[in-house]
Amino acid sequence: MFKKLSNIGDCGIVCDFGDEVNQKINSNVIKLFHHVRKQVLKGNLKGILNYTPSYNKLIINFDLQKINSSTIIDFLESVDFSQLSFSQNKKKWEIPICYDFAMDLKNISKTLKIDENEIINIHLKTIFFIYMVGFIPGHPFMGDLDSKLFLNRLKTPRVKIPAGSVGIVEKFCNIYPYESPGGWHIIGRTPTKLFNTKDNSNPCLLSPGDIVKFKSISKKEFENLNNE
Amino acid sequence: MNNNFFEVLRPGINTTYQDKGRFHMQHLGVAPSGCMDQKSYLIANKIVSNQNQEGVLEFAYQGPLLKLTKGKTKFSITGNVIFKIIKSNNETINGECNRSYDLDEKDQLDILATKDSVYGYLAVEGGFAVTPFCNSISTLSRANIGPNNGKKINLKDKVFFKKDRQQKNNFSIDVLSEKNNVIRVLKGPQFNYFSKTAQKEFFSQEYKITNLTDRMGMRLEGKGLENIVSTNIRSEGITKGAIQVPEDGQPIVLLTDHPTIGGYPKIANVISSDYDLLVQKIPGTNIEFKCIELKEAEEAFKIYYDKISKDLNNISILK
Repeated sequence: MFKKLSNIGDCGIVCDFGDEVNQKINSNVIKLFHHVRKQVLKGNLKGILNYTPSYNKLIINFDLQKINSSTIIDFLESVDFSQLSFSQNKKKWEIPICYDFAMDLKNISKTLKIDENEIINIHLKTIFFIYMVGFIPGHPFMGDLDSKLFLNRLKTPRVKIPAGSVGIVEKFCNIYPYESPGGWHIIGRTPTKLFNTKDNSNPCLLSPGDIVKFKSISKKEFENLNNE
Repeated sequence: MNNNFFEVLRPGINTTYQDKGRFHMQHLGVAPSGCMDQKSYLIANKIVSNQNQEGVLEFAYQGPLLKLTKGKTKFSITGNVIFKIIKSNNETINGECNRSYDLDEKDQLDILATKDSVYGYLAVEGGFAVTPFCNSISTLSRANIGPNNGKKINLKDKVFFKKDRQQKNNFSIDVLSEKNNVIRVLKGPQFNYFSKTAQKEFFSQEYKITNLTDRMGMRLEGKGLENIVSTNIRSEGITKGAIQVPEDGQPIVLLTDHPTIGGYPKIANVISSDYDLLVQKIPGTNIEFKCIELKEAEEAFKIYYDKISKDLNNISILK
């Protein structure tokens, strides 16, 4: 259940679920997200344009010409959270990763005093939960990594990180869908394409609330998959 | 399939296909995009008898030089734009905005510059023949989304349009331009992150729009704002027009191609009715922010929208 509703600009509502970042709170955010989205796709709440879940907030944006904030706030206040389900929307993915493309494994190993293979094992063992997707198309923010692997962002972000790079920061893991700048510690690379700009019906592989497990592949397998 | 097209003899600085925007995808990381100045977009379509959701070409500062290689069309240009029509017999016509013109095979359209403004729009009767992606033809070049592989229009590209000219008459709309440099805002969700002095300064000082401004954001320059809580927040969804303030204290207004989530405190949010006005301000312009309440913003939007509706209905046939 959200703790507070407020406006952001004249065409946005913030549903605030509190300050903590954990899977339980985020699951509530995503439940509400699915509920709002379902209503909108059904043709109810005409004028709602976007619904963006993040760790502990859902932001709803709308067209002021068609709907206003008080109508949406009334709707949100009437939502019965005990009736919202989550599991039906949850998908499970196995994402291949090649650790030979790591850029920071050696440094992480040195900083944390953990053997490189042990870092890889922890990463492979983790069942990741997707807290949110965004910043750029298809980009997942996943957790929770073992606290043993806790790292802050790189002091100096890299100017260019190749598409498919898998990074870690704090208790989170991400995958860069596009070549872009970034400050995460890169531990490997996946050949899996996260966003397909030619696929109209299902362009984005991963959704908020999905579950991800990584599977280690060799450089050769990476190249084969990459050329597919 | 119809084969009417323009050839691009000069692409202009940032010429892209745009429409109302692409929605219901921000949770996947896809920004709305769409025309920066929605009012000029709607007027451009109306003048050439298009549906109001039809796609157009948006250009910034310098527009494209297009040669009508095949077919005949009717077009309109909106915004505040200097352009010329060069007929196939070399006759040159100085163009006027907010009216339609006929263009015949081998004619050229030279969109020279936007005047005291950033964005201009080109609509053709019937629309451009491009394939939508997720219900929109808007280009988000950062993510390669949209027609033309998500890229800006380039030299020698072909710009196809759906059909030959149908309408015999030409039309015009009288559009009054606004010259106000005061942009109205609502307080942002992290307004209290800023010191009392900073809160006051934000509304009393002039901000200069810098060159670091594009479809994604507008960087402003002024006296730095003091943050007394934290210069980072948990990443949260971004709303168009949000004014975020990173560590250096200089505000950035997030515009149409904004990142979908962000982690900087937001001091304020530009109201919907002042957005078109803001995005047309050229770098170097000094602007001020005025704080208003939600009710006033909703009222202002009504006035803004009624005015557009009135403009759209005030279309007249050119004799």
